[in-house]
This record gives sequence, C-alpha cells and structure tokens, in this order.
Amino acid sequence: MIIERKPLTLWERLYMPAVINGFWVTVQHFFRKKVTMQYPEERWAVPEGYRGAPYLVRDQEGRTKCVSCQLCEFVCPPKAIKITPPGPTPNPATGNVEKLPREFEINMLRCIFCGLCQEVCPEEAIFLMKDYSLTGLTREEMIYDKEKLLALGGTHQDKIHKWQHK
Amino acid sequence: MNEFIIFSAVKVVVAVSILLFMVSYTVVAERRVSAWIQDRMGPNRVGPWGLLQPAADAVKAFLKEDYVPGHVRKVFFWLAPAIVMLPGLVTIAVIPFGSRLGQVPMVIADLNVGILYTFGIVSLGVYGIVLAGYASNSKYPFLGGIRATAQLISYEIAMGLSVIPLFMIVGNLNLSHVVGYQAGGFTNWLIFKAPLSFIIFLVAAFAETNRLPFDFPEAENELVAGYNTEFGSMKFAMFFMGEYANMIAVSAMMVTLFFGGWTLPLFGLDQPANTLFVGVLHIGIFLAKLSAFLLLFIWVRWMWPRFRFDQLMDLGWRRFIPLALANLLVTAVVLWAIH
Repeated sequence: MIIERKPLTLWERLYMPAVINGFWVTVQHFFRKKVTMQYPEERWAVPEGYRGAPYLVRDQEGRTKCVSCQLCEFVCPPKAIKITPPGPTPNPATGNVEKLPREFEINMLRCIFCGLCQEVCPEEAIFLMKDYSLTGLTREEMIYDKEKLLALGGTHQDKIHKWQHK
Repeated sequence: MNEFIIFSAVKVVVAVSILLFMVSYTVVAERRVSAWIQDRMGPNRVGPWGLLQPAADAVKAFLKEDYVPGHVRKVFFWLAPAIVMLPGLVTIAVIPFGSRLGQVPMVIADLNVGILYTFGIVSLGVYGIVLAGYASNSKYPFLGGIRATAQLISYEIAMGLSVIPLFMIVGNLNLSHVVGYQAGGFTNWLIFKAPLSFIIFLVAAFAETNRLPFDFPEAENELVAGYNTEFGSMKFAMFFMGEYANMIAVSAMMVTLFFGGWTLPLFGLDQPANTLFVGVLHIGIFLAKLSAFLLLFIWVRWMWPRFRFDQLMDLGWRRFIPLALANLLVTAVVLWAIH
C-alpha cells in the first residue's frame, strides 16, 4: 500500500508545528505529578495471590504444621527444599503422633517461586507469602532454616481444627 | 603592570572555577529537567534535593578503573579528552561577564579581535572529537568522528557568516564594545536588530555543541555512543564536561552578542557599575541570562528527536549558508541606505 504524502506547507517546513507541539507536550509533562516510587521508603502494595518467598506456618495453637512428608521436596523443580525427617526415634514431646521435620531448609537462591510446594502440601504447612525482596551477603545466609522459615511464616488461620477432635 | 597580572590571575581562577561549578550543576539540571519532562524525579538522593550529586559523580568517575583498550592509539587516546575540554574553558577569556568591580573590568582579556579569537578557539573543539574517533581505532567511534568533522565544519561557516552583520552594525570586533552598543533600551539588543542572525547562530550553536537535535557524533541509537564509545571513567567524564563547557561558552557568546551581555535596560543597570553592589549585580544578570540559555539547550534536547544526517547537511549547506549570505547582503544594503 502506498500512502500519499501531503506536500508540506512553508510553516511545516520551518519545523514550527514540531517546535510548538513539542514544547507544549514537554511543558505539560514537566508540571505533571511524578510517577516515580521512592523505593525503600515507599513500597508497592502487594496484591493477593502474589507468589513471593515460601515460608512455613504454624496453626493457631502454635504447632508446626509440617509433617515432613517431603512431597514439596520431591516436587520442587529447582531442588531448593531440603527436609531432614526425624527418623525412627520418636520426639519425646509429641510421641509418634506427628513427624515434625528435624530440619527444613529452603535455598532462596535456588527457589523459583513457582508455588508447587504450596500446591502439593497436604497439610497446608507451606505458603508463598508476599516477601519479594530477599537479600543477604553470603550464599549461606540465603539458605533459610526451619526456625527462620517458621518465624517469617507466622500463624496460619486454619479453618480445619485438626487437633480439636482427637 | 604588576596589578594587572595579579587581577588577571584572580579573574582567571575565579572565572574558571565558576565555569566548572556551572558545568557540574548544568549536568544536574539536565538530569532533573529530563526526569521531570519524562514524569520521573531524577537524582534526589545525594544531599538536599540531590544538590550534592556532582560530588558523587566526581567520586565515581575518579574511582572507576581507567581502562585503555589494547587496540587504541595511546597518545591520541589520552590527548582527545583534554582537547575537547579546552575550547570551552579558553573561550570565556574574551567574554565580558560583568561591567567592573571597583576599577577592574570584568573581562579576562579585552581583545580587539575578541570574536575572531572565539571562532578560532571554538573550531579547535572538533579536533578533540575527531581525535577521539581516530584514536579509538574501532568503527563506531570512527563514524562519530567523521560525522563530527562534516557537521562542525559546515556549521562553523554558517555561524561565522551569521555574526558578520552584527559587527557591521556595531562597527567593532571587541566584545566589550558590542555589549556597550546594546546598552540603553531593549530595542538596542542586537537580537531585535538582526533576528535572522540570531536564529542562524542558535541553530549553528546546537550543531557546534553536539546537542540534540544535532548530536550526530554521539547518536546513541546508531553509533553505540559515537566518539566516546571506547572511553571510560575520568576520560569519559572529560568529554561530558567538555560538552557542557562548550554549551556554556556558546551560551555566553549568545548572551554577549544578542542579549546585551551584562546589561539590563531597567533601573539604570546598563551603565558600567560605580559601586561594588552594582558590579556584582551585573555579573548576576549575566549569569541569569546564561542560565536561561542553558535551560533552553537542555529543554530542546528532551523535546525533539534527532535529525537525519542528510537533513542536517542539507539544512546547513542549502538553507543556512545561503540565508546567512543573504542576511549579510541585506544588512549591508540597509546600513548603506541609512548612512
């Protein structure tokens, strides 16, 4: 398709429309409200359902919900999760009731925040939360252990009170 | 004689310091204005309102590794940034930036051929860029250097021709006399007597300082970074400062030639100062006019896209040079008719 170009008038050939329009547009933007977010002070409101860092949660009674079934460890595509189950020796505090993990580590440098661990968890013990800014000075620092994950995860308001009926 | 040397030395030191101070803050102004035009905020972290940004920039430029690529021609590679920086600093020698403080005239060198000197110096600026392009020994800087040659030389002609009518009107090449001629009323300003000269000079000034819409030697999106592609750290900073120093020099020229220099035809401010306060005020007026031009330079950069290279050459050779010649002829005829 060939588009006919209109011959330019003298006014246009003197670049005057470009000068005037360009100046008008820039003046408008010059005085307009700025869109920049002053990051460390101002923060983005994270929407619901955002897939941030995966953390472990406790239920309302403060119990660790994870039962070290290791489904998340198996499903994790980048193999970021490492679970050490308690083994045959029972926990003296809880007996053989639940298999609390002895250690639960997530390497946040490997994690791709896909959310498969949350999806696969039968106990609703791990959730992708709203943290998006994970920083550390060493690689070791970025491997979050069980205590850290539980502290960051907080309490999950579980509707199923699994332990009330036992 | 001794006094003259001391006063000149003081003036040189003060003028160059003010120039370098203005260079650093023109960079901040450029970044802030560009940010505001693009709905951003610009550098606002270092110091109150980001006013200490130049210090941070300088520290950064000095601390960066001064890398010299293996394929460059070392001597010219080191020489080029200095040569770019030089003309901007040297041009201010003949610019009268104030009337006088006490009995000392506020111009470093009151040359009788001031404008010739300026044109001689300004045309040296291109060598730095050409040398940078040649010394880098790689294709994009080379193209940038070639463009600089073609562009600066062709606009030099239009620029030189555009100021001749001014000196026909004033009858003197000394810039102090040019300013003196423009005292006493806005209508005496040479922009109203030779408006066409001003337009040609302004456009040529944009081309001479490599500012958009004529920044072909640099042309980021075509030539990576043009002539300064291979340069880093303080060498790059020198190119950067040189560009802004040239901008200031050209703005000072325009203020002096067309906008009455340090004079202001209000409150009797267009006569040489008798008191120290008025002397300082004159310098302030000069700097205010200068800043207005710098703002114009900055604003135009964020307002317009770049021309095409053939359009630039076409504009220079087929529009501005004939126009400048016609302007020259018409001025001569009018002056002949009046006298």
